[in-house]
Amino acid sequence: MYVAVKGGEKAIENSLKLLAEERRGDSNVPVLTLEQIKSQMAIAVDRVMTEGSIYDRDLAALAIKQAQGDIIEAVFLLRAYRTTLPRFGVSKPVDTAKMAIRRRISATYKDLPGGQVLGPTYDYTHRLLDFDLADHHVNRPEAAPTAPRAVADGMPRVTDILNSEGLIEEEATEPETRQVADLTREPLDFPADRDVRLQNLARGDEGFLLALGYSSQRGYGNTHPFAGEIRMGKVSVEIEPEELGFAIDIGDIQLTECQMINQFQGTAETPPQFTRGYGLAFGQCERKAMAMALVDRSLRSRELGEETTSPAQDEEFVLYHTDNVEASGFLQHLKLPHYVDFQSELELVRRLRGEYEARRQQTAE
Amino acid sequence: MNEQTIPASGTPASGKTGYNFAYLDEQTKRMIRRTILKAVSIPGYQVPFGSREMPLPYGWGTGGIQVTASVIGPDDTLKVIDQGADDTTNAVSIRRFFARTAGVATTDETGEATVIQTRHRIPEEPLKHGQILVYQVPIPEPLRWLEPRESETRKMHALQEYGVMYVRLYEDISKYGHISTAYDYPVIVNSRYLMRPSPIPKFDNPKMDNNPALQLFGAGREKRIYAVPPYTSVKSLDFKDYPFEIQKWEEDCALCGAENSFLDEIIIDDQGGRMFVCSDSDYCQKRREAGYRGKDPSAPRGNELLDDAAESA
Repeated sequence: MYVAVKGGEKAIENSLKLLAEERRGDSNVPVLTLEQIKSQMAIAVDRVMTEGSIYDRDLAALAIKQAQGDIIEAVFLLRAYRTTLPRFGVSKPVDTAKMAIRRRISATYKDLPGGQVLGPTYDYTHRLLDFDLADHHVNRPEAAPTAPRAVADGMPRVTDILNSEGLIEEEATEPETRQVADLTREPLDFPADRDVRLQNLARGDEGFLLALGYSSQRGYGNTHPFAGEIRMGKVSVEIEPEELGFAIDIGDIQLTECQMINQFQGTAETPPQFTRGYGLAFGQCERKAMAMALVDRSLRSRELGEETTSPAQDEEFVLYHTDNVEASGFLQHLKLPHYVDFQSELELVRRLRGEYEARRQQTAE
Repeated sequence: MNEQTIPASGTPASGKTGYNFAYLDEQTKRMIRRTILKAVSIPGYQVPFGSREMPLPYGWGTGGIQVTASVIGPDDTLKVIDQGADDTTNAVSIRRFFARTAGVATTDETGEATVIQTRHRIPEEPLKHGQILVYQVPIPEPLRWLEPRESETRKMHALQEYGVMYVRLYEDISKYGHISTAYDYPVIVNSRYLMRPSPIPKFDNPKMDNNPALQLFGAGREKRIYAVPPYTSVKSLDFKDYPFEIQKWEEDCALCGAENSFLDEIIIDDQGGRMFVCSDSDYCQKRREAGYRGKDPSAPRGNELLDDAAESA
């Protein structure tokens, strides 16, 4: 019954109680611990941190638990918490060339300095349900053997190797001191600079970026991408407090970085060379980082003087619709009562129908 | 709003909530107040602002909540309505939010409130000088459904290029014989900016014109604030031969007999039976207290039906 939307305070309170009960589930089953979520649902935690744009595994695990595993709801919880935090400072750019590599692959070279390091990946699993996992007594998988030699220290990035030949465009040459935009403080403005676009994409919904990136591969603004390099591992975060004058290491974070290499025909001013699409995500979010890199490159069409004809190249279309917290809220606000608007429409439709009927009778006579 | 009572920057968290007074930190409130000042200075112009992520979902009043949080002080009295009623779920939720984070007094009475946050309606009782009406706005741009690009619509406002809206209204007339926009009816503010009055029914449009109260519009997801200062002209678009007109009902309010209020249609059975009652629950209540009666004064309002169900459950 539609009038049920008009509910009192008590109805809301009772609904909250019911929700808490549902969240707990069967009380004969042990409560899920944050440790379990952090260690056994680590990729969900990574996604929530990435789209929630805060690196905190404990809070992300808590959000997932509180949201009953609804990832977008968990992202929302984390975002709403993040917005209340004070900003202590801005870190120095992290140096992914110095990443402690856990995974590093390149699709453009068979072998390269540092080699291909698969690390933990679903890529070569056969997607057969593993019924052993259903048995919670089997809890210790066979140990993965240690590599015969240590992973190389300071693996050069594929794009740096290409760059030494001048085959790829230079990385952004702006000084480190340039203030980086922050979408959580300042509203979007168009045309948007690349820092704004990248921040927007990094916070954006993985599913939406995946679909956009995919559309670019299917001909809606093809960017001819090669996965130049994907690397995942830990990097250290440094800040340089003003009063200190030198950088200090405040901890490590795990990142997935994707550098797409894209064809570029060149223009009258620029020789043909490869261009870059960049993706970066917290933790192990490889699909997200790759999709982001495709969309980043698509969005550079204006700057590279390419024709912009497809959704993935349209920055207003892309940047306004990536945010799943915004999208989910606005979509679901349709649940709110609209009976005032609806009443106005009802009145109008009744009037139009009356007029239609009158006209019909007139012509019949 | 009482200026002196707004805590200075850095005032510690209010009460036991662990959050600052009215949730937002003072720096953010200051940023929003600056935005509001600009909005008041350029009536009807949409001022971009650094909208924050709120603990309520986008599309559910986050813009209105941020505006209210920035103008409210401990001595204010807050009223929150949705569809004209104080007891709709989201109005209850927002009122609870401020009762919890700001500890302000809340009321259902339009006359008692110093700040009124609303979704989709303007109260029937005329507003007074000194009151602030805060609208929750889903889509602030009146030209949005004619031109989806923000970069374009900003130019159109700058050039006062509003012909496209008149064409749309004209097309309505040529197709249906009259303008078929029933709510969210576009207005020109202070003879300059085309403004979207948030989706209030056009029935409420005349109330915006020359209103003694300050009207503030907050769109959180779209990150825009705009304003109509007190005693400012707000004109609904029309044509000389097709003047603006508001909805009329054949019925009066079944509860209080009001002839000139906006009516909600309540379905009372599955046989097509229905009744019409005031959408402004406070207005209706006041009239009944004053002895006015409609043709079916004992009929329950929708929420009473629900509360009864909750009692018996």
